[in-house]
Amino acid sequence: MDLIETALAILASGLRLAIPLLCACLAGLYSERSGVVDIGLEGKMLAAAFGATVAALSTGSAYAGLAVGMATAVVLALIHGYAAITQRGNQIVSGMAINMLAAGLTALLGNVWYREGGRTPSLEGAARFNPITLPGTETLADVPVLGPFWRLVVSGHPLPVYLALAAVPLTWFLLYRTRWGLRLRAVGENPAAVDTAGISVPRIRYSAMLATGVLCGLGGTYLAVAQAASFLPHITAGKGFIALAALIFAKWRPVQALGACLLFGLLDAVAIRLQGVALPGIGQVPVQAIQALPYVLTVILLAGFVGRAIPPKAIGVPYVKER
Amino acid sequence: MSAPVTLPRWADLALLPALNVLVAFAVAGLVVLAIGESPLEATALLLRGALGHGEGIGFTLYYTTNFVFAGLAVAVAFHAGLFNIGGEGQAMLGGVGAAMVALAFGTGPGWLVLPLAVLAAAAFGALWAAVPGWLQARRGSHVVITTIMFNFIASALLIYLLVDVFRPPGSMEPSSRLFGPGGKLPFLHELVPGLPKTPLNLSFVLALAASVVIYLLIYRSRLGYAIRTVGANPTAARYGGISPERITIIVMAISGALAGMMAINEILGVQHRLINDFTGGYGFVGIAVALMGRSHPVGILLAALLFGVLYQGGTELAFDKPRITRDMIVVIQGLVILFAGALEFMFKPALARLLGGREG
Repeated sequence: MDLIETALAILASGLRLAIPLLCACLAGLYSERSGVVDIGLEGKMLAAAFGATVAALSTGSAYAGLAVGMATAVVLALIHGYAAITQRGNQIVSGMAINMLAAGLTALLGNVWYREGGRTPSLEGAARFNPITLPGTETLADVPVLGPFWRLVVSGHPLPVYLALAAVPLTWFLLYRTRWGLRLRAVGENPAAVDTAGISVPRIRYSAMLATGVLCGLGGTYLAVAQAASFLPHITAGKGFIALAALIFAKWRPVQALGACLLFGLLDAVAIRLQGVALPGIGQVPVQAIQALPYVLTVILLAGFVGRAIPPKAIGVPYVKER
Repeated sequence: MSAPVTLPRWADLALLPALNVLVAFAVAGLVVLAIGESPLEATALLLRGALGHGEGIGFTLYYTTNFVFAGLAVAVAFHAGLFNIGGEGQAMLGGVGAAMVALAFGTGPGWLVLPLAVLAAAAFGALWAAVPGWLQARRGSHVVITTIMFNFIASALLIYLLVDVFRPPGSMEPSSRLFGPGGKLPFLHELVPGLPKTPLNLSFVLALAASVVIYLLIYRSRLGYAIRTVGANPTAARYGGISPERITIIVMAISGALAGMMAINEILGVQHRLINDFTGGYGFVGIAVALMGRSHPVGILLAALLFGVLYQGGTELAFDKPRITRDMIVVIQGLVILFAGALEFMFKPALARLLGGREG
């Protein structure tokens, strides 16, 4: 019984660690499926985390935080869009710039406004997204395995967790069952064909940027307003880049993205658990080895040694309308 | 809108880049204004801190050293049309290589140990970059993504080595022991009497030499011609008998070697032991430096100096004006990368109209 509780606790912590990855990963999916490379997911999440915290602190409402967090990330996504779509600039360079602007500005402004070296005061009460207890927790409490599973893994998470999970089927539906999704995928594979059909390539790509911004906003808000209950400089700690790895791992598909993010989140949770623990037969596994595993796996996958990750065809190439 | 706009050569090479950087700094000024400080006063304090006294100049040039290596690393890859974001990881590995030599032979004579340590730094950095280069050339994995991944793998590897391998028994700090006297690169104030005591060391001279070597390599050698041809048009390069795959691997190795040499300044020159986080994001500054310097060694030297001034001056500025923390430098970096890189051609149409250049 104790073993099950421990396993479920690791599972739950893995799920929570996977949520910011999932948000950024789905965000990147919209952008990259439309043909725009986005290495600025990290920066957008970071800026959103800051914006959301500031708004939640000053209004006392976590929902206001979510709205401002999303708006912040959308603004950055549109800057990236302007550079990548309208100006046909280098998308890698633009993403890099977004990351640096976010890292610099959040730390700078955080220090000016709150004078705690870039941290913000803690969020309390309604200013924070608190865990929600789903119905059924009490009824199932005495059922073995399912009871603790419901209590620890399914229930008891703050709202953004459920929003992020809901974004997976939503993204699948939008991408594969709507006209917009068909156009989005087409624009990432063969923009000239879409253009010939009389559909504006920039318009589709900009709409993808909006989706990217909203999801990065959700991820950043979750990190600061739900998980940490305050903003710290570099709170995203490379999660935007792991999300990029997960996106490749999922081969730019939404349901697989959920799988990849859960895997990476779980690896992280296991790494935290295994700190200083000797495994029978193997001995002590260095935590760093587990932490590096997502990146190593992604490189192996990218190299095509195990399966092949083929990106959208038109990715990273600015579209020039022929004259 | 998509009509190619032509500018006179001087405007394309000098005026447009200068304008872009100017706009970046103007926006940075607005940020300073927004947090309630005077941009002019801040600039004056920054310049005084960086260039106003001997000690400041020493620190400025010490930072510049890192940025020259980092900028050259990014620029060499740019010439072949490759984007090496992995400077950080390559520098970490360079540090591991340098430290291994310096720890093992630290008791030996410096004239023998130091060149070996420098070579080890370059070799480790080169290897760490050649793997993504090979993956790009032979397996088609995008070098940008793999170098990002290699940064994180390098960081995990460095922490593991520091905690579990290099850390002396009984020490709590994740760092190696101090190198022996043979593993320490001399400070310039030790070589030239009368200079103020600063971290500026012999690697500054090495950085200048590297710039000359890279200039000769890129613009005056057969390999450099091949590199630039691959960057301009891989198909034409192949037609001309150049293998773009081979060049990709070679260029990534050269780029990694340069990034690895950042560790010479930090590890052999200043710290005299292997520590965590010694790369301090300098590898990313290299991107801004290369963009600003238009990938030319002379431009890179100037841009590296500018960022050296920003880093040293920014540190002093943060003392005088606690509201303007060193994060301001990261903001400026981001703005320079945005305006001089991603939005490079934003002002081109307007400039062309102004100069009377014609469209089409």
